[in-house]
Amino acid sequence: MPQLPAVGVLARGLAPLKNLGFGLLFLWPSILLFSIFVFYPLIKSVYLGFYESDPLGNQGDYVGFDQYRSVLGGSDFRDSLWVTVKFTVYTVVPGIVLGLGLAMLANQKLPGISIFRTIFASTVATSVAVASMMWLTLLNPTTGLVTWILEELGQPRLNLLNDPDWALPAVSLTTIWLNLGLATIVFLAGLQSIPERLYESARIDGAGRIGTFWHVTLPMLSPTLLFVTVVGTILAFESFGQIHILTRGGPLGATNVIVYSIYTEAFQSFDYGVASVQAVGLFVLVLGLTGLQLRFLERRVFYQ
Amino acid sequence: MATQSEALTTKAVTTERAARHRAWGRHALSYALLILAATVVLLPIYMTVVNALLPKETIVAYPPKLFPSDPQWGNFTRALDEVPLARYMLNSTIQTGVIVIGQLVTAALAAYAFAFLRFPGRGLLFLIFLSTLMVPLEVSIIPNFQTVQWMAHKPDLEILGFNLAGKILSKDSYQALTIPFLATAFGTFLLRQHFMTIPRELRDAAAIDGYGHFRFLLFVVLPLSRPVLASLAVFAFLSAWNQYLWPLLVTDDDNMRTVQIGLQALRGREIDSFNVVMAGTLIAAMPMFAMLVAFQGQLVRGLTAGAVKR
Repeated sequence: MPQLPAVGVLARGLAPLKNLGFGLLFLWPSILLFSIFVFYPLIKSVYLGFYESDPLGNQGDYVGFDQYRSVLGGSDFRDSLWVTVKFTVYTVVPGIVLGLGLAMLANQKLPGISIFRTIFASTVATSVAVASMMWLTLLNPTTGLVTWILEELGQPRLNLLNDPDWALPAVSLTTIWLNLGLATIVFLAGLQSIPERLYESARIDGAGRIGTFWHVTLPMLSPTLLFVTVVGTILAFESFGQIHILTRGGPLGATNVIVYSIYTEAFQSFDYGVASVQAVGLFVLVLGLTGLQLRFLERRVFYQ
Repeated sequence: MATQSEALTTKAVTTERAARHRAWGRHALSYALLILAATVVLLPIYMTVVNALLPKETIVAYPPKLFPSDPQWGNFTRALDEVPLARYMLNSTIQTGVIVIGQLVTAALAAYAFAFLRFPGRGLLFLIFLSTLMVPLEVSIIPNFQTVQWMAHKPDLEILGFNLAGKILSKDSYQALTIPFLATAFGTFLLRQHFMTIPRELRDAAAIDGYGHFRFLLFVVLPLSRPVLASLAVFAFLSAWNQYLWPLLVTDDDNMRTVQIGLQALRGREIDSFNVVMAGTLIAAMPMFAMLVAFQGQLVRGLTAGAVKR
């Protein structure tokens, strides 16, 4: 039956609107939740940063950008930022080397290899609280295994978590172990996506093991390396649990990363204004770092 | 002639044997490295097991004991008695279960809209969804905490005659532990990517059969997406079960603590006997290890979804 042209046009014009109705019907739960728990808090944090807080945690006087200038330019934030940067380097670089090493070991075709894959992935099943409690015992100054190993290696017996020079490396060690499973899983998936024929060509060209690693494995793995670097950096900047359990930001602020500083300012000193400024600072830092890494590392990434 | 071929065979056999020997040599090295690496990775877990079984008298032994000489299984029951560890586990289970189911529902609905419905503003809305991935929880934590407090202390929060004060979100409630995490941009993205691979002709055919969008999603799209739904579920389980900062802030009541926070209560109570604390830690770690062993494939797919181009 031939349709009237006008009806067809009308129906076609209405279809997107009808879809919009259905779309909103499907999307409203997520939109509502994101509005209340992500976008509103983000704007509210920026807003809270403009106000001082009284000692009871109530909103005080409007001080505008002065609070942003004094907090972000102050030595406390600079110290926290420096600790966070060190923590990031201490955890991301060894995490990549060890994760890649374990993934290459687990990528061999051997009987029983799946058992080793599960073992190497196992720390992904360890929560930050569980891992921190395990390492709290290993790092114990009187009976800990790490303390004992260091002493056997000629170090004087130390209370690692209470020593300004050792606390951050000790927390980093815990974090490296905690994130090792994730890095291994991701690297293993990356290795398995490299086509076998590339290795065959390299072999025919007479490349040795090291040559193959540098000229086939690493370039083909560069998207994975980029991913692990970006995710590792974000994880490091957002770390909280291990510091809360192991050192509480101490000793002498040696492990007082930005997130921990936000926590103490907001929920122990009840200074929501200062804490909000730090939170906004953290947001900008994470956003900027991720952007920079994607921009500069992306160029070195070789996509197939 | 015969001798010659015999000699050849012998030669072939010896080379083969030599090759097998070399292969074994290589394999032996590989296994040695694998076992060494596995030992180092497992050492913290192994030491936790050893410590959890130590009798009280030997926990101060130095150098640390590497084997449990007289295993004390009572440490586990003591950990369960000293603090409401079973209650903590139940709380974590409820919190995790609600978040997993909630995320599956909201993500499936949103992903369907982004994959199957054409409407103005869809691209922009999708970008807005993705942008939430860039806001760390730690950045939004203060206003979210204030929202929970405000909801609890607002006496005149009435909607349609119902007094909602403290009912939707308040400290020490399952709502506060779960509602902020019921939507997921990562999950929406993951499901959308999969939904896009479902042929549109299927939608057209279903429409002819009189299937509306809801029925099509429920009876066609979701059954076709079981593996990716499983990946999302395992991923959501992992991140919900492991949460630390938010449950720390919104639970004061001992009976509402999740197991991650409850471990600190156990530590505070058993400050002198870390064997009991380690036993509790192992109990807390068990569900996740069980998940890893049972659903390793799904977990790996969920974790690598963003990492490797497929």
